[in-house]
Amino acid sequence: MDFELTKKQEMFRTLFQEFAEKEVAPKAFEIDENGEFPWDTVKKMGKLGFLGLPFTKEYGGAGADTLTYIMAVEEISRACAATGVILSAHVSLGCHPIYQFGTPQQKEKYLVPMAKGELLGAFGLTEPNAGTDAAGQQTAAVLDGDAYILNGTKIFITNGGCADVYIVFAMTDPAKGLKGISAFIVEKGTPGFTFGPKEHKMGIRASSTTELIFQDCRIPKENLLGKEGDGFKIAMQTLDGGRIGIAAQALGIAQAALDECVRYTKERQQFNKPLSNFQAIQWMIADMATDIDAARFLVYRAAVLKDKKKPFSKEAAMAKLFASEAAMKHTVKAVQIHGGYGYMKEYKVERLMRDAKITEIYEGTSEVQRMVIAGNTLK
Amino acid sequence: MKIIVCLKQVPNTNEVKIDSKTGTMIREGVPSIINPDDKNALEAALQLKEEKGASITLLTMGPPQADYALREALAMGADRAILLTDRAFAGADTWATSYTLAQAVKKIGQFDIIFCGRQAIDGDTAQVGPELAEHLDIPQVTYVKKILAVEKDKVVVERALEDGYEVVEAQLPVLLTAVKELNTPRYPSAYGIVAAFDEKEVETWTAETIGGNPEKLGLKGSPTQVKRSFAPKAKEAGVIIKGTAKEAVQVLRQELLAKHVL
Ligand SMILES: Cc1cc2nc3c(=O)[nH]c(=O)nc-3n(C[C@H](O)[C@H](O)[C@H](O)COP(=O)(O)OP(=O)(O)OC[C@H]3O[C@@H](n4cnc5c(N)ncnc54)[C@H](O)[C@@H]3O)c2cc1C
Ligand SMILES: Cc1cc2nc3c(=O)[nH]c(=O)nc-3n(C[C@H](O)[C@H](O)[C@H](O)COP(=O)(O)OP(=O)(O)OC[C@H]3O[C@@H](n4cnc5c(N)ncnc54)[C@H](O)[C@@H]3O)c2cc1C
Repeated sequence: MDFELTKKQEMFRTLFQEFAEKEVAPKAFEIDENGEFPWDTVKKMGKLGFLGLPFTKEYGGAGADTLTYIMAVEEISRACAATGVILSAHVSLGCHPIYQFGTPQQKEKYLVPMAKGELLGAFGLTEPNAGTDAAGQQTAAVLDGDAYILNGTKIFITNGGCADVYIVFAMTDPAKGLKGISAFIVEKGTPGFTFGPKEHKMGIRASSTTELIFQDCRIPKENLLGKEGDGFKIAMQTLDGGRIGIAAQALGIAQAALDECVRYTKERQQFNKPLSNFQAIQWMIADMATDIDAARFLVYRAAVLKDKKKPFSKEAAMAKLFASEAAMKHTVKAVQIHGGYGYMKEYKVERLMRDAKITEIYEGTSEVQRMVIAGNTLK
Repeated sequence: MKIIVCLKQVPNTNEVKIDSKTGTMIREGVPSIINPDDKNALEAALQLKEEKGASITLLTMGPPQADYALREALAMGADRAILLTDRAFAGADTWATSYTLAQAVKKIGQFDIIFCGRQAIDGDTAQVGPELAEHLDIPQVTYVKKILAVEKDKVVVERALEDGYEVVEAQLPVLLTAVKELNTPRYPSAYGIVAAFDEKEVETWTAETIGGNPEKLGLKGSPTQVKRSFAPKAKEAGVIIKGTAKEAVQVLRQELLAKHVL
């Protein structure tokens, strides 16, 4: 087994670190405070090709691999988890289904400008009554001549309102249940398509989360993604890949917690000694460092399997489960290590602890990841 | 327009430690980077390429690992990269380095501008650029902090001085050395990195490729010998004498008398 990055991947990693440090980190505190979408950073990422990293050049992508893209999410999340999820939702949830299931015309029209960073993407599966049970879709799509008419509401959609292109799931044949769900490409600005207000969130506050509201919204027939009835399969396969992105986001958050703790415990003195001299603190740091390495290997393995076109569904679930739980556990410890200071907004660990929680919830809760892993292990 | 950029791969001196016994740099485990001033030199070339159209050839003398620095510069947008690497080049001082670079430039052929960095953060001599211009017998402007105009047969630039700048006009072909005030180097793009590894090539040139006098290469061709290197003692803090000039002079005089300096 080879644990070395190639020179090309190394150069990418250095670039992501430099970009995160210089362009992303300096804004992270303020955009979290104000819940302000980082348009400026997103545009810069687009220009540098980050928004199309894993897609081939013919579709406007950079032609890098999944592992490289995953390192981008990791390094950017290490500086700002909200910016990290904007990237991950765009690439994994917005672009990838078109890359995998789109027609040549759909790729030309949507994927190319999305990969180039000219259009931002989003993914609308969750509904008020269809969360973990995504099959319970109530949004309906009815064919009427050359268009489908969409009615229904999606909830908690990342990049909602900011994105230009939405992958939306709806029931085309309720009698068929799971097999009656279809996927559509919907453009912002389509008549009958509006947004709810921005949600006020605990963490990743600079990312935008809104409802998508469809009222007699006409979607041209050619915007059906895949075939009628393919929707659930498209959603599940997309989420398999997306989970590696969220795992990388969690990994970045956990790494940031460790970075902060290493620095702080060497500086802060109590009993005339730096905190890093106390064994109780050292053990927390040791556990943190170990879990982060374990998480990184799981996350990178899932990415490499995807690159090798091997099955990775179970491995992606394991990576997301382990990385997100490690991020939650260790950001709590990081606040503990910082004492009262860690409870203050001026210290990054305060934000990290709030940001970590979402990684255990979206793109499948930890309970769902365990179901996927158990299902694969017990089959 | 044809531009040559000379760049050097250097250890990231921010992360370098000095061995207190031998006084030499501990190079192991220190990441290598493109010499910072050379990134400004490259950025200037890239901006000219965007404004006027130009081809940019990179030139570096170094060990095989310097390939990485060249790829990074290719990723930023340079067109061609040449790595001068040969055991015969080893141990070169600035004179042998600039002779080697000059031979390579002659082999490349026609050019309009050579950009160098002001100085390398490891050697710090700021000699290679000027020496290279002398070997090639072309005009040079050092410490360029702004490019005012590039025309068919001349450049007009601002040259940084300690307390101001001068405007210098020079005929092409010319050698310019860049200071960091010249610009902000760009990030390589994702497209650029992929192209640098998958589409572009680094040409390797040896002593044989560049020809010239083998006696002038490497250690043999180096008149400078490093006898000893050491870390200077840290300076003690000075004393600031406050008050009006007249009072301060009085205090200073007393101090100097007390120390038998006067
Ligand atoms: C900030 C944010 C961004 C989001 N972005 C998107 C997006 O871009 N696109 C999108 O489609 N969705 C998005 N979501 C929705 C997210 O994926 C869902 O919230 C998540 O899947 C859980 O669904 P739910 O909230 O309805 O919880 P519920 O399904 O109601 O779950 C509640 C609890 O019950 C547990 N549970 C449910 N069923 C079972 C079971 N069978 N066995 C054991 N436990 C169970 C869950 O694990 C959870 O702990 C986002 C959510 C948030 C908060
Ligand atoms: C293995 C080794 C052995 C050495 N042995 C000796 C020795 O025995 N005696 C001695 O005096 N010095 C020795 N040196 C130092 C060497 O002479 C200088 O590092 C080199 O000449 C460059 O000078 P500088 O670092 O001061 O660069 P500067 O003159 O400060 O660099 C100015 C600019 O010149 C260009 N440039 C400099 N070097 C190169 C290069 N290699 N390729 C392309 N462009 C370049 C860059 O644009 C740079 O910004 C040795 C160095 C090495 C690596």
